[in-house]
Parts: sequence; C-alpha cells; structure tokens
Amino acid sequence: MSVGRSLPHDSGALHVTGRARYVDDQPVPAGTLHLAFGLSSCARGAITAIDLAAVRAAEGVVAVLSASDFRHMPDCSPSLHDEPLLATGEVHYIGQPVFLVIADSHLAARRAARLGRVDYAPEPPILTVDEALAADSRFEGGPVIWQAGDAAAAIAEATHVVEGEIEIGGQEHFYLEGQAAMALPQEDGGCHVLSSTQHPTEIQHKVAEALDLPMHMIRVEMRRMGGGFGGKESQGNALAVACAVAAARTGRACKMRYDRDDDMVITGKRHDLRICYRAGADVEGRLQGIEFVHLFRCGWSMDLSLPVADRAMLHADNAYHIPSIRIESHRLRTNTQSATAYRGFGGPQGVLGIERVMDHLAHATGIEPQELRRRNFYAEAAPVVMTPAQAPIEPEPMPAAGTDLTSRGAEAAAAGRATVAATPEACGNRTPYHMEVEDFILHGLSERLQKSAIYAERKAEIAAWNSTNPILKRGIAMSPVKFGISFTLTHLNQAGALVNVYQDGSVGLNHGGTEMGQGLHRKVSQVAASAFGIPPELVRITATDTGKVPNTSATAASSGADLNGMAVKAACDTIRTRIADFLATSHAAEPRDVRFEGGRVAIGLTEMSWAEAVAAAYQGRVSLSSTGFYATPKITWDRVAGRGRPFLYFAYGAAVTEVAIDTLTGENRILRTDILHDCGASLNPALDIGQIEGGYVQGAGWLTTEELVWDDKGHLRTHAPSTYKIPACSDRPRVFNVALWEGANREQTIYRSKAVGEPPFMLGISAFLALSAACAACGPHYPALDAPATPERILAAVARARGQ
Amino acid sequence: MPEIAFHLNGTPVRLPLGDPSRTLLDWLREDRGLTGTKEGCNEGDCGACTVIVTDEGGARALNACILFLPQLHGRAVTTVEGIAAPDGTLHPVQAAMVEHHGSQCGFCTPGFIASMAAGHLNGRHDHDDLLAGNLCRCTGYAPILRAAEAAAAEPVPDWIRAEPPADPGPAPLAPDSADALAAALLEAPEALIVGGATDVGLWVTKELKRPGQMIFLHACRDLQDIEETATGFRVGAGVTVARLRAAVEGSLPALAEYLRRFASEQIRAAATMGGNIANGSPIGDLPPALIALGATLTLRRGAALRTIPLQDFFLDYRKQDRAAGEFVHSVEFRKTNGNFRAYKISKRFDQDISAVSCGFDMMLDEGRATGVRLAFGGMAGIPKRARAAETALEGQPFAEPAIRAAMAALATDFQPLSDMRASAGYRLEVAQNLLLRWYHDVSGAQVSVLELGA
Repeated sequence: MSVGRSLPHDSGALHVTGRARYVDDQPVPAGTLHLAFGLSSCARGAITAIDLAAVRAAEGVVAVLSASDFRHMPDCSPSLHDEPLLATGEVHYIGQPVFLVIADSHLAARRAARLGRVDYAPEPPILTVDEALAADSRFEGGPVIWQAGDAAAAIAEATHVVEGEIEIGGQEHFYLEGQAAMALPQEDGGCHVLSSTQHPTEIQHKVAEALDLPMHMIRVEMRRMGGGFGGKESQGNALAVACAVAAARTGRACKMRYDRDDDMVITGKRHDLRICYRAGADVEGRLQGIEFVHLFRCGWSMDLSLPVADRAMLHADNAYHIPSIRIESHRLRTNTQSATAYRGFGGPQGVLGIERVMDHLAHATGIEPQELRRRNFYAEAAPVVMTPAQAPIEPEPMPAAGTDLTSRGAEAAAAGRATVAATPEACGNRTPYHMEVEDFILHGLSERLQKSAIYAERKAEIAAWNSTNPILKRGIAMSPVKFGISFTLTHLNQAGALVNVYQDGSVGLNHGGTEMGQGLHRKVSQVAASAFGIPPELVRITATDTGKVPNTSATAASSGADLNGMAVKAACDTIRTRIADFLATSHAAEPRDVRFEGGRVAIGLTEMSWAEAVAAAYQGRVSLSSTGFYATPKITWDRVAGRGRPFLYFAYGAAVTEVAIDTLTGENRILRTDILHDCGASLNPALDIGQIEGGYVQGAGWLTTEELVWDDKGHLRTHAPSTYKIPACSDRPRVFNVALWEGANREQTIYRSKAVGEPPFMLGISAFLALSAACAACGPHYPALDAPATPERILAAVARARGQ
Repeated sequence: MPEIAFHLNGTPVRLPLGDPSRTLLDWLREDRGLTGTKEGCNEGDCGACTVIVTDEGGARALNACILFLPQLHGRAVTTVEGIAAPDGTLHPVQAAMVEHHGSQCGFCTPGFIASMAAGHLNGRHDHDDLLAGNLCRCTGYAPILRAAEAAAAEPVPDWIRAEPPADPGPAPLAPDSADALAAALLEAPEALIVGGATDVGLWVTKELKRPGQMIFLHACRDLQDIEETATGFRVGAGVTVARLRAAVEGSLPALAEYLRRFASEQIRAAATMGGNIANGSPIGDLPPALIALGATLTLRRGAALRTIPLQDFFLDYRKQDRAAGEFVHSVEFRKTNGNFRAYKISKRFDQDISAVSCGFDMMLDEGRATGVRLAFGGMAGIPKRARAAETALEGQPFAEPAIRAAMAALATDFQPLSDMRASAGYRLEVAQNLLLRWYHDVSGAQVSVLELGA
C-alpha cells in the first residue's frame, strides 16, 4: 500500500531542474499588461489631493486607476468589507495601495508607481499597543473574555504566585515566491485567474464580487505556491482583484506580482502582542489559577484577526490542566499592515504565554521545569480505544446571504463579541473551553523524549560547564505542544474531490487543497493509489481549480490532508465499488470478493491487471468518475459562549533544545535539538519529518533572529531580507534528531493519521526557553526574556538576571 | 555596435549592448523564457536567482538579480536548466535533493541546485558557508545538508564543466587596464564605476535608478593582483572578497574568519575590495578590520597616484576623499603578530549587515600594549578609530583594568544611532564588551558561541 511510504514530493524532479512553474513562470498571452500599486507614505490621514499626471506620462503606462475611477470600490477583505482595493479618502497605514498602474512591463509599472504625488492631512498614527489602548482603538468594541472558575480567588489562595509580561514579536511569512496573480479575460465577460493562493474559492468570491458577476463566471486555478505559511490565505486578494478589474477594463491579460519590498510593506504578518500574566500554584507547583491578558496588534483592518486571537485563547492552556482561568483578549486596531494568518494562527502566541508562565514558575519555585510541566499535564488517555462510528452532524444554521462564507473571517462577521460570565471550573480533564481532552499522550511522549535526548544528564553537565565559564553560558529546555485540529469556524471543515479514472487505468485527481510545498498532493495521491491498489505513478493531480472542485476551504489550519484525503478516498471508494460491483456481476461473484492490490484486480480466482479491469468496466458502461465529499464529525463550537468541541483531536509533540549565549554580546546559537512528534499513523513519514524540521526552524526563527521594526512614523524598517533575518543554513541545529511517535489517531481520520502543518512550529518555543535558561544561569533573578531573542534582548535579559 | 558575448548553457550568445543596467535575471526570464531561475528578493539576499558563472578563474555561484549583462562578457553562464545532462540525467546534487526530500515548495530549489553544483564542481565541503546565501523557508535546511553531503561523494559529471567563449572580442564598457580606466574616467569623471555590482545592483533593482554612463572594472586585470610580502599585503581594488579571504587565510586567520561572515558565498564572489571601500558605507565590513591593520589606500587620477591612511578616506557620512575622475586603486595592510582580531555583531551570523563591527590590533611589549589600533564600523557615520580608547590602552599592561579603562573611554569616542539593527545603547555596550572579548580571546579563553559543539 502506498500510504505510509516515504515517497518524495511529487514535484521533486521538477523543482530541481527548474521546470516547476509558478504563477510568474506561466507563458503569457501577447499584449499582457503588468500592474503595480502606488503606496501610501502616510500612516493615518485624509488624502487631500492626488496628482497622477507624471504616472500617466511615464514610459509604458497604459492606464492608471485611483478611487475616483470607481463607482463602487472593490473590496479585498476576507471578513468585514473594510479593505478597499484602493484607498478611498483616507489612508490607514504606510504601504496601503492608493493607485494602480497598468503598464506594458513589470519594471515600467514599478517605475511609474513611484511618480504619483499624493497629499495628505496627516493625523498622529496609532502604532503601539499602548497607543491603541489609550485611544480605545480596537475591533469588536471591547475585549473578549473567557473564564472558567474564579481565577482571582484561586491565585489569592495559592502558595506560589508569579506575575509579569512578555512582548512577543510578529513574523513575516517570507514565502520565497512573492504574491502573484494573473487574470485572463474570457469571451463572455468571465475571468480566468491564476493566483498564488491558499484559498482559490476566496479569490473566486472576491473577484466575482469586484466584477459584479456570479461565481460561475470566475475560474481560479492554482498549480503550486512557492510557500504560503498562512500569508496567502487572504493577502493575495488585492492582486487578483486588481488584475481582474484591469483585465475587464482593458480586455487584455493582466499580471501582477509584488517586488519583495512591496510585498513586505503591503501585506500582513503574524500578529505581535503583549501578554500580561498572573498565575498561582500550590506548594507542589500545580497551577490553581491564571489570568492572562492578550494585547494583539491587529493592524488597520480586521482580516482574520478575530479567529486568530480566538485560537490564541484556545491554546492558552497548551498541555496543562488549569482549574481556574480568565483570559482577556484585546484586538487592537493600529495604523500598520493588517496582521493575518500565519502558521499556527494565534496558537503559537497562546502557547508561548503559558510556557512563559511555566518557565517563570519553575524559576520562582525551584522545581525542575520539566517536572513542573509534567505535574501540570492533562491526564494521560487510556490505551487506545477506537472511537465508535461517526456521529451524525448537526446541521448549521443558514447564514445571511452575501457573506464571505468560505473565509475564516466569516466568523467575525457572523457572531457578536464573546464575553462570558464565570462558568464552573474546568474540572477533570477539561480545557478552559470545556472540551474533554480524550487523547492526551504527552506523559509517555515526553518521558521517551527525555530519555532519547539524555535530558537530565545533559542538564547536569551544562550546569557544571556554566559554573566554570564566565563568558559563554549554555541552556537546555524542553517544551511540549498540544495543538487543536479543525477550523474553529465549524462549517469550513468540509472538502470535496473529483476523481476521474481513464480507460487506460490512469487516474486524474483534483481536490480542494492547494500545494504550497507541504507535499499535500503526494499524500493525497498515496491515498488514491491505496484505494485502488495501484502504484502512485498512475495517479496524477493537476492544478487546484474552482471549476473542478467548488466551494473549497482554505488550505489552512493544518487541515489539507485530513479533509482532502478523506474526500478523495470517498470518491475513490465510490468508483472502486462500482468496478467491484460490475466485475462481481460479470464473474458471478460477490463484490466483497473483488480485491484491488498491487496493480491487480482479483475476482475470486480470476485475476487481471488494473488497466484491464478499468477497460472492462468502461466497456460495461460503468461511470469511472466520481466526486467525493467529507465533513469532519463531532465538532461544535459556540464562539460567543467559548464552549464546545472546536477540535476533532489534538496533535502532540515535544522538543528538547540546547543553546549557547555570549554574555558579552548576546549572540546565541542552537546547538542541539531532539524532537518526538505525533503524526498519528503517518501517511508519509519523510514528508511529515520535513514539516517538523521546517516548522521547528521557522518557529525558532520567529523567537530569535526575526525582528520586525517600525519607526515612529509607522514605516516598516525591516522590509527586505537585508534587514529581516529568517534563519539561514548555519542557524539550524547541528545535531537535529527528529522522530515520529508511533501511534494511530484515536479519531477516524484518513488512515488514522494526524495533521502536521502547524503543530511542530510551536516546538521552536523550546529554543526560546533554552535561551531563557542560559540567561538565568547568569544571576539569581528571573531574566524575563522578550521575543524575538535578538542579541540585544539576550544582553538585556542577562543584565536582569544579574539584577543590573 | 559593441556586443556582449557569452555562453548560456553551452550555447553561444551575442547580444547588442542595450541598457547596460539590465540584469541577467530579467533577461533570462523575460527574453529567453528560462524561468527556472527565480526572483525571490531582487537584491542578492535570498539566492533564488543563483546561477553558475565560469571564466578563467573557475566556476562560481553568483546572484543573477544583481548581475548586469555587460559583466557576462567572455564568461559562461549555467542556469538550473543546464545542470542536468543533455539527455536528462540528473546531476548528483539534483538526484540527492529529490532522494533526501530537499525541496518542499521548490521555489528556492533552483538557486540551491546552482550553489550546490558549483560547490560540488569545486570540491568544496564547507556546505554551511557555501549555502549561507541561499534562503529556504520550508525545510529548515536539514534535508538540503543531507543531500549536499550525500552528493559530495559522487564524481563531478563532465557535462557541468562550462567553457567560456574562446574569442569574445573587446568587453563593452569595460576598460582592460588601470591605464585605460584612468583615461576613461578623465573623459567621463561622473561615470558610475561598477565593480561587482553587489551594491549598485540594488540602486537599479530597488531604487529604480537609471545609471547614466557605466564603467565596469572586471576587465582591469592589473587591478586584480594580490601581492604578499613578508610583512603585509598589497591588494588591487578589483580583487573580490572571496580571493582576499583565501589570500589571508594563512597569515591573518582572524581576518579570514571575519571575511567568512562577509555577506554570502555569491556576494563574496562578486564584491570587490575596492567597492566595499569606495562605497563609503558606515557599515561596510572591510574598513574597520583594514584600518586596524594600518591600511593605506592608493587612489589614482589620470597618471597621478596618491596614498593616504585608509581612515582618512572617510570624511563624513557617505562623503569620501575621492575627486571626480579618481578611483580606488589598491590597499596595503600589514600582517601582525597574532593579537589582531576582527568581530562582527549582527542579528544573524551569516549573510547579515553588521550592527557593530570592529578590528583591533596591538603589539605586546613586555606585557604592555603598544601601537594600539581600535577601529569600528556601525558606531558613527563613517568607519572610525576609537582614539580615546586607544589612548587609554596605549602603553598600559594588557590586562582587565586597562581594558576597562578603554571601555569607559569608548563612550567618549562614539555616540551611535538607533536603527532597525540595534539601539544606540546596545551598540555602545557591545562595542565596549568587544574590547573585553578581545582581551579574553588573546588570552586564550573561549569567547564565541560559534566554537561550541553540542
């Protein structure tokens, strides 16, 4: 069976020879036009005058559009309709598109876009958390508050209390392929769009809305992205809409890609935030109560900020049972890029908050940090009990017409603000949002990791080493992750697929997921090959296409293989059943006696090749094409009440990281990392390990070298790889041991596998905690390290540890 | 009309000299339809555009996004499309990358393949340094390194050895000697002098400037000499940082290690020493180290040569002591007795711009520091010596008290700025601490996290 095999990425040979095509590599029709935005240089204010004469006169320019050229300005928001394609009257951040240049080359468009003269009546921008709080500049009118038990009372009675705050920086996606789109006008006024997007249906929806056409007039195609990481869930809307609008007006194909600096200045990033915490524990370090305040900087528009901040709240417990908790979440509106989806979708921020509390509490109590964590873990699940058959799914209420149903932003538009009165304690093995944790495995998993990483022995050796080294210090730390799998907007947990078996036995397959490097197409083709018992070479997946599979959810929330794998399997099973029924009839056998294995089909004692079986079925007038559909069972979520079962299951993992710091300069480096991660019964161990290694390094980058800096006018000063530093080759751990936990998913997922896209990202937190440990080795005080732990912040934390 | 003649994946190309600031990357993608080479950042920082360029100096990986077409004259270019054999057989690095799952999204992959194939061809095994200029956001690099290590054992395939054109003819816009350059600059004193184009490239791709007249240095072979004597080096302005690094490896290992962290493999192979100085950036990495080594700079205008201490070349922020029509000719600096160190502080170790950089040197005379030279970058509008700190240390026993005095004095030498790389406070503190590091380093203590293994 091809499921479970470590097959290489389906495009591997195309990648290494340069033949793999991305949007900007597609051959274009003659006369294709190229687009560029003219950007706001003012963070907040009214536009008082726009002079585009020089832009229009520039070499190669065909047309220039600004607000006055539209009766209705197209919207690019995935949530609140608050993102005009071009600024209308006011600007809200430096980098906001103000006008659109349409020219005969990419370079001509870029050059002309610098020639616009826009005058503003500037107002003082709201840039920081404190400025936003002072101005009460926020979404949803006030904070969202979820409570379980009486946290304040629990903390008052606790033996140990820690209190503090942590600043957590944002993160630029830095997908290697920048945002890109192309629109090809069609004969009937429709539009064919190529877009580097994680969410083709969202592009289809926004383009249809912009052109005032029904969705069937718009076809969106997406072969592959050069990385997404959440940055192409909603941030490609503006390019696709601009291309479609320009194509409709000029009747010519229009293409747009952002230069890297434009990409970084225009598009949203991971939310940065401040977390304030107060936590109380009993004499043995068991948490009794926690109060968290999350202060998110959401940027100028709503985008996906509400569900992002919700997911941070949903991961404020990480792996720990917290009897009483109060989480207050502020979603602040600032005059900066609109923060958006990024791998983990708020989860990493929530997890870092509680891991900071654990770190601080271990320092305060003197309890060994990993032992402290273990004492607070949820209770281990009993040995595997497979769940009963899928429960029927409650129908969702019908939403209002015209809303952006397939966007995670729809959550925000639909529901009111969630503020909840105190509810009973999260007793037993319940999360603060009242979901029972049924599959907890971190006791066993972390015990095994501690052994394989030789954690205790190395920790003792490091302590001895530190006592004799005044300049360099080392630190080691372990951190677990428990990450909830499912879209929190329940209705997005559905997927469709289209499987075509051709008369020669080759299989063409489409599904709603998009390929951004994660190997989704490889995994899904393995599912199809296994269903038919054929080699995976016979299965071909072509570009994701809204004309083939409609109403797709974003390839996001780690859901790609879970949802689309199941949909594909359903379609394959339908076709296989039809073939089996036909062959059983023609061979006077029972359908259950027809077996599909090793590229052969056996009917009792008769055997034929897969291709022969398919040819026979075709000649027997059997339909060899089927759709497939999947809807995740069991999940329910009441966002306003903060209760329910938002996740079908949890994915688990843990990492041990060792680092070294230089106490003179703050320079730091990861020396060794050991990871044990839970992918259920892996569909493809090599691809899963790739996600874990890559996720870890990206997570560690978020918390170390990657620093976004805005100046006091609101200019993003780190807008290119010269100034924004993602991990380079030598930043990876030199010793990097990654292993998969062996165990099937207790839930009935595709071949009992587990989602893997986001959870390992949070393993990078162990690097941050190890840095904190190294800083703490410099003095008696808690170092209270902020993120990202740049050399400058490490040096400051060392000084705090020393009491300087 | 002058022509640019080069080989592209084995095919001769002759282009009429059009816009001399057109980049190889744009030409490959837009004119030749070779879209395998990618634009990731358009500024030489991500490596997605890496190609292999071969000339009589051998094969090296370069960034196509900041390489101007005239620079290719007389060379051979191999893009990712030319790395597999003509019959489709994968190059060992390509096969290893597939087998070891070294590509995920695949967008950085062509650049990695080019860097890896160039390294493989040159028998290099320092993969971390070779690949420091190639960013990958998906894999965390581990499988790429596994692929590089696996491929290292495979023989170099014949087809990857590219031949530059035998008789390309005269190089357009590129004088072929220092004399010719001097004459050309007298005629056109405002012309833009282009060395490796690793900075000028960004003026074109990012600032969207249209340079007027451009004069390229790559054909001036007599500006590319390195002379080593018993006491020092004399290095022509056109010497690349990569060649400089190799030349000083034996006698100035601290400088070589410092240059290992100068930008990336691709940039070091293009960037020239003269360019890093003439550019006048306050954060250029070479000047502080060279100033500490007592460097003198020779400039030429017409037939006239003049030599000045390197630190005197830097007058004020982005203002240098260079007359119109004058060019940086060569630099001389000394070898030292083992106390020289150069340090670079940045957010990331590789391929980053310094927040603070420095070069320190002195002689020890019966335990006392003499001839102290302390130079810093990133601390002022120009690369600059720390005169007060030098004075505090000069003649004193080389021990912690004198170092502490020099650290205190440094606060009077510099009032650094805050920017996106570091705050003023951090810059000053770390500059002071680097003096302390120097003391411990010279005394034999372990002072860098880069020296630690797990």
